[in-house]
Amino acid sequence: MIINHPLLGPRDASEFTYLGDASLINRPDWQAEDAADAFYEYGYLRDNPAGEHQELWYHEAGDRSWLVVTRDTTTHEISKVELARDVARARGRSK
Amino acid sequence: MHDLVAITALGGSEPQVDTVGGVTCREVPGAALASAAARMGQETKASKALAKLIGAPAPGIGQHAGDTVTAFWAGPDQWMIEAPFDTHEELTDQVKSALGDTASVTEQTDGWTRFDLNGDQIPAVLELLSMLDLRNIDAGSVARCSIHHIGCFVLCRSDEAFSIYGPRSSAGSLHHAIVTAMRSAL
Repeated sequence: MIINHPLLGPRDASEFTYLGDASLINRPDWQAEDAADAFYEYGYLRDNPAGEHQELWYHEAGDRSWLVVTRDTTTHEISKVELARDVARARGRSK
Repeated sequence: MHDLVAITALGGSEPQVDTVGGVTCREVPGAALASAAARMGQETKASKALAKLIGAPAPGIGQHAGDTVTAFWAGPDQWMIEAPFDTHEELTDQVKSALGDTASVTEQTDGWTRFDLNGDQIPAVLELLSMLDLRNIDAGSVARCSIHHIGCFVLCRSDEAFSIYGPRSSAGSLHHAIVTAMRSAL
């Protein structure tokens, strides 16, 4: 499998490590009233879709950037690769 | 007063030199290193300050630039800065005073060791060592890659001169990998 790194171009998947669902970017507010429930869901509950899936990959043997890879779990086709920081900032994180 | 004897990363009193065929691998203990990571919102200011320090535009993705003090790209808005240790032992302080609050600067000198490859068949060696796309690497290129599972920076200074930075604690393993590849390829 080849991941088309947005900065470095196509790199072999063996240079990367996989973390999981990119929803991990959406860390709940720890001060919210329902923080305990929100963190339970954040920590333990995942969707397991057959089809398009956004996931976090880490370019460990490369520039050490975190990527959000949109991959079809049934075909392994990768339709989109973005820097995780760009995705996170677009969602209003790191302000 | 302590009376300590300086040794190189490979443990010798003199840097190790290995020549196989037309390629020489030379241990280089005399490099000072610092890393700089631009702080959020300060990326442009940091790269301008870095440009002033190295006397050249801050290196872009997969590039290095500079003369005596050089910088190479390590990641998005992150650079490693290298200079001769003899004249720039205080490199980290110099980088910090140049970049100020635009970046976080960390001393890296003792974390890394450097091997310089010189010769006309270096690509044959690197092909065995790494997965780098060597056709896209020319003078001025830098790539981070794994060499025998060791995370390294490979700098191409010219067609016949490459530098490899690897973690100092794995200097022996990295040296073994390089020399074994040289013996196989050349």
